[in-house]
Amino acid sequence: MIEVNDIHKSFGDTHILKGISTVLEKGKTNLIIGQSGSGKTVFIKCLLGLFTPDKGTISLDGKIYSQLSAREQRNLRQDMGMVFQGSALFDSMTVEGNVMFPLEMFTNQSRSEMQDRANIVLERVNLVDAHKKYPSEISGGMQKRVAIARAIVMNPKYLFCDEPNSGLDPRTAIIIDNLIQEITKEFDITTVINTHDMNSVMEIGEKIVFLKHGIKEWEGTKDEIFKTDNEAVTNFVYSSELFKKVRQMYIEERN
Amino acid sequence: MNYLASIGSYAIMIKEVFRKPTKWRIMKSLILKEIDELIYGSLGILIFISFFIGGVVAIQTALNITSELIPKNLVGFATRQSIILEFAPTFCSIIMAGKVGSYITSSIGTMRVTEQIDALEVMGVNALNYLVFPKIIALLLYPFIIAISMYVGIFGGWVAGVFGGFSTSADFIEGVQLDFIPFHVTYAFLKTLVFAFVLATIPSYHGFYMKGGALEVGKAATTSFVWTSVVIIILNYILTQLLLG
Repeated sequence: MIEVNDIHKSFGDTHILKGISTVLEKGKTNLIIGQSGSGKTVFIKCLLGLFTPDKGTISLDGKIYSQLSAREQRNLRQDMGMVFQGSALFDSMTVEGNVMFPLEMFTNQSRSEMQDRANIVLERVNLVDAHKKYPSEISGGMQKRVAIARAIVMNPKYLFCDEPNSGLDPRTAIIIDNLIQEITKEFDITTVINTHDMNSVMEIGEKIVFLKHGIKEWEGTKDEIFKTDNEAVTNFVYSSELFKKVRQMYIEERN
Repeated sequence: MNYLASIGSYAIMIKEVFRKPTKWRIMKSLILKEIDELIYGSLGILIFISFFIGGVVAIQTALNITSELIPKNLVGFATRQSIILEFAPTFCSIIMAGKVGSYITSSIGTMRVTEQIDALEVMGVNALNYLVFPKIIALLLYPFIIAISMYVGIFGGWVAGVFGGFSTSADFIEGVQLDFIPFHVTYAFLKTLVFAFVLATIPSYHGFYMKGGALEVGKAATTSFVWTSVVIIILNYILTQLLLG
């Protein structure tokens, strides 16, 4: 569980995060949504420890990140997995090399043990046949799956995903969403997903935090998002005709 | 003020490079890869350039000897002095700033743009140590290719001088051996080691701290070449004053 308490972050005179507090729950897919420039990326980078908040605290299972020593922070980072928007796979390594990389860096396992572990997670993301290929030789969806495999290979407690569906076709996007949700349940981890994709919100949004201009405007579940009267949320989520109709059908069904 | 800030962040980067080392098992393979890329990969171009520059130095020296009073062995002497003191250590380093420097900046810059450096940092890896330290260690072998450059440059001078009819082999070799001061080679290697550090770190700095996309990677590579060359030229002056002045 990640508890965020009144965090602020500025760059120069630009105040990006203006006092965000929320609880991101364990075993659930927590979605951070909002328009471009709403502070989502800065928020997730604060959670990852890549940015230090100017004010406020972030507590990961009771450990307040800013109060930990540099060594403790590094150790805590080994409990975090991250799936980047562009996958961020290492070009010079094969799929297997990418997945084994955290094991090589942080464990003393033998090469065969690392390969076994890499094969287990690659099998989990349905990518066993691609383990000798380089990132440039596989599709965008496969790259995302390799990134997920790399993120979970160390059995993390926290999984962060920045726009995991960007650049993917709708079918592959749903496969990636479902995979992330399954992994969240299977490993009982705290998953935080930064997204614009309303399909993801409807598909896997167990907890949704809506940011607007650096402020938490609304939070709730995917069921609650259908019922909310918050104008900023409805303008953002139901901006397309398709989602307006989906919402209408949902309301009619409930009535 | 921007220059001062850049010098400050460069100094902080150097400190970070030597903190929290990567496991030796991984570092060893990274160093070998960089030796292959930066040292072995540069050998061909440096041999090619050294041979022809040595030849040009010999021809130009010979063509400028108009007085009968000047000994014929000056061609070999001037070629040796030019190659050992300046061409091999300094001119080759400027060439390396273009070849190796732009490679380092663009490869690290691309890793920055594609979030690969963020991925390393999120994992808790010291990205500067992982990326820059192997380059510094690999470039410790730089004096070896400069030694080859010296040999090939003087050989190029001999070929051009003798086969171009500008000098006899005996005169050229006598000139090469004339008044040889071993400290000049030490001076050249000391300069080379300093330049090697500059070649590894300034392009890395420009790649690591770049912002933007693919276009900015290209701009960073150009800026890195300019600054690496400027720093090499300034350090060349300072080191020459300190060691020979």
